[in-house]
Amino acid sequence: MSNTHFIIQVKNLTKQFGTFTAVDHITFEVERGEIFGFLGANGAGKTTAMRMLCGLSYPTSGSGTVAGFDVVKEGEKIKRHIGYMSQRFSLYDDLTVMENMELFGGIYGVKSRKLKERATALLQKLDFFEERDTMVSALPLGWKQKLAFAVATLHRPEIVFLDEPTGGVDPITRRQFWEMIYQAANEGTTIFVTTHYMDEAEYCNRISMMVDGKIKALDTPTNLKKSFNAASMDEVFRILARDAQRGD
Amino acid sequence: MSTLKVLLKKEVLQFKRNSFLPRLVVVFPIMIMLIIPWVTTMDVRHVNVSVVDNDHSQLSQRIINKINASEYLTLHSVTGGFDLSFKSLEHGDVDAILEIPQDFEKSFITGSTKKLSISANSVNATKGSLGSQYLAQTLAASIKEMRASLSPAQAGDLVVIQNRYNPTLEYRNFMIPAILVILIIIITGFLPALNLVGEKEAGTIEQINVTPVSRFSFTLAKLIVYWVAGLIVITIALIVAWLVYGQTAVGSLLTIYTGAFLFILVISGFGLIASNLSSTMQQAVFFMFFFVMVFMLMSGLLTPIESMPQWAQYVTYVLPPRYFISIMRSVFMKGATFYDMRFNFLALAILAVVMNLGAALTYRKRS
Repeated sequence: MSNTHFIIQVKNLTKQFGTFTAVDHITFEVERGEIFGFLGANGAGKTTAMRMLCGLSYPTSGSGTVAGFDVVKEGEKIKRHIGYMSQRFSLYDDLTVMENMELFGGIYGVKSRKLKERATALLQKLDFFEERDTMVSALPLGWKQKLAFAVATLHRPEIVFLDEPTGGVDPITRRQFWEMIYQAANEGTTIFVTTHYMDEAEYCNRISMMVDGKIKALDTPTNLKKSFNAASMDEVFRILARDAQRGD
Repeated sequence: MSTLKVLLKKEVLQFKRNSFLPRLVVVFPIMIMLIIPWVTTMDVRHVNVSVVDNDHSQLSQRIINKINASEYLTLHSVTGGFDLSFKSLEHGDVDAILEIPQDFEKSFITGSTKKLSISANSVNATKGSLGSQYLAQTLAASIKEMRASLSPAQAGDLVVIQNRYNPTLEYRNFMIPAILVILIIIITGFLPALNLVGEKEAGTIEQINVTPVSRFSFTLAKLIVYWVAGLIVITIALIVAWLVYGQTAVGSLLTIYTGAFLFILVISGFGLIASNLSSTMQQAVFFMFFFVMVFMLMSGLLTPIESMPQWAQYVTYVLPPRYFISIMRSVFMKGATFYDMRFNFLALAILAVVMNLGAALTYRKRS
């Protein structure tokens, strides 16, 4: 089943919490090196699906591979090859920017000289270098997100999962984010990203639309607009989300 | 192991930056050691005694003087009738009444038996029973003196009581080793548990769980910090015991530290289980608190295990503090050796394995 062309392959992946089916038999593939947009309304099941792919949550049923490892049995192996940026900021508030980077780089076994180089380069690219010794608790939200992104990509993972990376971030920083994302993709990192901004959706190579735990559509932005006869991704989203039973 | 080093650095930084923890480790043992030994005493002092003197003899006067001179008893009043004294007892001004019957001295000399009676207010059972015991001892002493003055040949103690290992029967000597148990439970049980649940609440554990770091090194890094803190706390407490109370261990310090470290392993493992099973600090605190109450009240810390009902005595076999308290008291006060206490050490070692195995089994990196 493992195919080097696809970095993610899942079949009928399902997660149930009691009687509630958060993710309902989703099947899809993500190609190596692409920017894959994972869209859906609040409560559609995006985060739950992502957590299963990252080895944070066991699927109730279904199968799949991420970076060539089984999502059910080889969660710990998957973790060596991925980066993850949570929807909720989850780095250490009581450590400085650099200390956080050293901690997570060190966990992935990045050698300290290389780590310094990469961290410096990343921070400079994010206009962030002067803040390297600032305590994270003192940073504004947008900057925390930048740091979370830097930490998620520091160890050069094959694929990086970004759960609403630009939520609550100003337009200039968002622009910087997408430049970073493109750059990472050009270097061969696969990007798996969720977002609520439809202009960001247009930047993705392919998009999947999740409604009520199921994938309702999956294609390039251009093809999606064509097949739904819509002028923008915004419209595509509204057409698909109209029938949603849950979420707000 | 480089991951452990990286994690350890993180824990040390966080510990040092915390505005509360480093102070707690130093101030807490000092405070506890300065205050608790004084207030947890079971020695009863200032038992107020009212004497009903119906005899008005030389002997009754001698008894009254003896009460007046006692460190533990305070002479409240000498009355002519039981009713008067009883009124004071009902008011709560008097804890015990001694009634000396008429012609008591006469009967004493002639050898017939007129009995003294003691009535004690035992609402506070400890004070009541200890108070009347002290009173009885004081009476015995007066009578012995009286007997000696009547016929010196008979002088001499009929009963000799000698308290070994704690010659003055100071409650403090008994409490100090036990206080270390409380310190360890709080520093190495509560703190790491709260720290781990804190990471759950802050969400930082998720960023860790998505990395390949093993749960073993992640937890170990945390524990090492608190193990060291626990050993520092014990050292401070032992220094205070020596400087302030002049109490030093009769047995070997190595044995004490070995026991303490085993106990630290048990308790930190227990704290981990609590944190694994809880998703908020409140849950963790209540979980821990429930067991800590049982530990405090059933492990022989305050009341002897031997006087508990049989079923409760069986329960104490699974309570880790039971073994550590026993080790501490025996080594500290009697100078027991490691070999003497080998079963306690073995029990602690077994519990340490069980607790930490439980902690490993309840830890979930994935939901």
